[in-house]
Amino acid sequence: MNLPDSSGHFGQFGGQYVIETLMPALKKLDKEFDKAMRDQKFHKLLERYNSTYIGRPTPLYFAERLTAHCGGARIYLKREDLNHTGAHKINNTIGQALIALRMKKKRVIAETGAGQHGVATATASALMNLECAVYMGEKDMERQRLNVFRMRLLGARVVPVSTGTKTLKDATSEAIRDWIGSSADTHYIIGSVVGPHPFPKIVREFQSVIGHETKFQVMVKEGRLPDVLVACVGGGSNAIGLFHPFHHDEEVAMVGVEAGGLGLATGKHGAPLARGKIGTLHGSKSYQMLDPDGQVMDTHSISAGLDYPGVGPEHSYYKKTGRAKYVSITDKKALDAFKKLTQLEGIIPAFESAHAIAYALTQAPKMKKSEMMVICLSGRGDKDVVVAQSELG
Amino acid sequence: MSRIDEKLKSLKAGKRKALVIFLTAGDPGLSASYDLTLCAFDAGADIVELGAPFSDPLADGPVIQKSFLRSIARGANLTKTLILAEKIRKTNENPLVIMLASTLVINHGTGRFMRDCASSGIDGLIIPDAPLEEAGEFTGKAKKAGLDMIMLAAPTSTPSRLRRICSMSRGFVYYINVSGVTGGASADRKEGVKPIARLKKLTSLPVLAGFGVKTPAQARALCKTADGVIIGSKAIEIIHSAKSKTVAVKALARFVRSVRREMDRK
Repeated sequence: MNLPDSSGHFGQFGGQYVIETLMPALKKLDKEFDKAMRDQKFHKLLERYNSTYIGRPTPLYFAERLTAHCGGARIYLKREDLNHTGAHKINNTIGQALIALRMKKKRVIAETGAGQHGVATATASALMNLECAVYMGEKDMERQRLNVFRMRLLGARVVPVSTGTKTLKDATSEAIRDWIGSSADTHYIIGSVVGPHPFPKIVREFQSVIGHETKFQVMVKEGRLPDVLVACVGGGSNAIGLFHPFHHDEEVAMVGVEAGGLGLATGKHGAPLARGKIGTLHGSKSYQMLDPDGQVMDTHSISAGLDYPGVGPEHSYYKKTGRAKYVSITDKKALDAFKKLTQLEGIIPAFESAHAIAYALTQAPKMKKSEMMVICLSGRGDKDVVVAQSELG
Repeated sequence: MSRIDEKLKSLKAGKRKALVIFLTAGDPGLSASYDLTLCAFDAGADIVELGAPFSDPLADGPVIQKSFLRSIARGANLTKTLILAEKIRKTNENPLVIMLASTLVINHGTGRFMRDCASSGIDGLIIPDAPLEEAGEFTGKAKKAGLDMIMLAAPTSTPSRLRRICSMSRGFVYYINVSGVTGGASADRKEGVKPIARLKKLTSLPVLAGFGVKTPAQARALCKTADGVIIGSKAIEIIHSAKSKTVAVKALARFVRSVRREMDRK
């Protein structure tokens, strides 16, 4: 059975936990999106932007020195860091901006944490001449000033969010609140496989280009499917993008890496799949970091992109059914991996992606040399060098 | 017949409109919420809607968001909201409705939550983020516990959705007066009048209008077609701007009386 079902559920997860005011807009979006998916012209248009604007397909790179260093499985990196704007986020924003145009919406809104999704949305908006507002927590604006400037340069309005924790969680809430009042002329370009149905499906479909390309590329290079796929998981869009096209291939193991922060035992982390409970946040049911009263807890991660208390419903489903395994990596290990990949391969990874690399550093040595691991390198680390400088000295 | 049904029926028989006041449980403290609730009833409120505080309420504007956070900071939660309701019920026979995010219900355990509500003397519930598509998870258990699950209708709802909302709702139908969050600016005080008239044709249940209702005049204007109004953010604002609990109680009473008067004026 293909998930989500028609009501947007992945087993018990997902759904549409939003106020009635938004339901008609979600229904319309679902219908329009399905229509676009059946439209060859839409696919051709998307394909043209993918190849000539984003720079796809991205390479599947054999990391020879990293492999030798680990001394086990052959490690491939899916180079999403080489996309225009430096991360996988643009795969989704171009697709959704095209959907906005199809629906004749003149304005788009988005939420952003570190600013990667905000920049990718502002970029797509500039390209397609859409009015763009990006909600960003005040704390994140302070931490990521350069991305704030980038978004403004691209013509977007950056709206400071001063409520709650002043980070991604609250930026997402504010974007949804905007949409409750503006859905008639505005499309909400959500940045991850979270939110009410059909968003987890839409974002997955646009990010699945990662997994589809990987499948083709790995067959050409190795003549078989990989043994294990590894990707970091915040909301989980790059991971779903890589995993989903393989989810029927049972011989392929899938490992999602959450933010271990200062360690799961400290409570200061971003690992709802490891330590969360089932609840509803931002419109869908999934695992979340909730306190005993059911309130959403503050999260911590060195990586802003993983600093989120919820996770996509499809990941929640994969965890519940055992289809994928979820582990966590601490800030410290992620930083070590950040340095290691830079020195071994000349590739500076985003802190988010460094979590996936760190997992590989511990697991690849335990695997056979005949085995093969594909890691999604979801973004480049330019945005993180300032923090890295202060952390690594 | 539930307490809500009886209350609304007797109002209708007396050709009067219903006034619902929303209060955050635990802001500025649980004992204050107790006093404020009784004061609202004394001043002319027919139903009090107690909001159980949640850290991330999606459909609420800044006034209720901040009120929830203050309440949480003071140690309130769903369990304490239920205890508050139980205390109110001991001294007052007016209908009490609890409003809360779906995640709090799920976290408490849906069946257990409904039973606890019923034993606390709560008559109805509003889960703003459980639209038709998700309400089934809650309606059966609410019914079993004898609670009215009140459904929301919006200006954006299609006619077929409105029909389903009306047939699923119990107690009354909550009409969201403006497309936006609670406490937002209401451009036109008569905005909801026509849609409410259309909605009323679909149901024999009373239709009450909420969101953006702030003044006595607005309440009166909406009651041209609505069977009553729900006022939340404005009440919270009045309470929060008061210097002490005593002042807050007096200010709220004054406000509720002024709305009541305007709604009752021939």
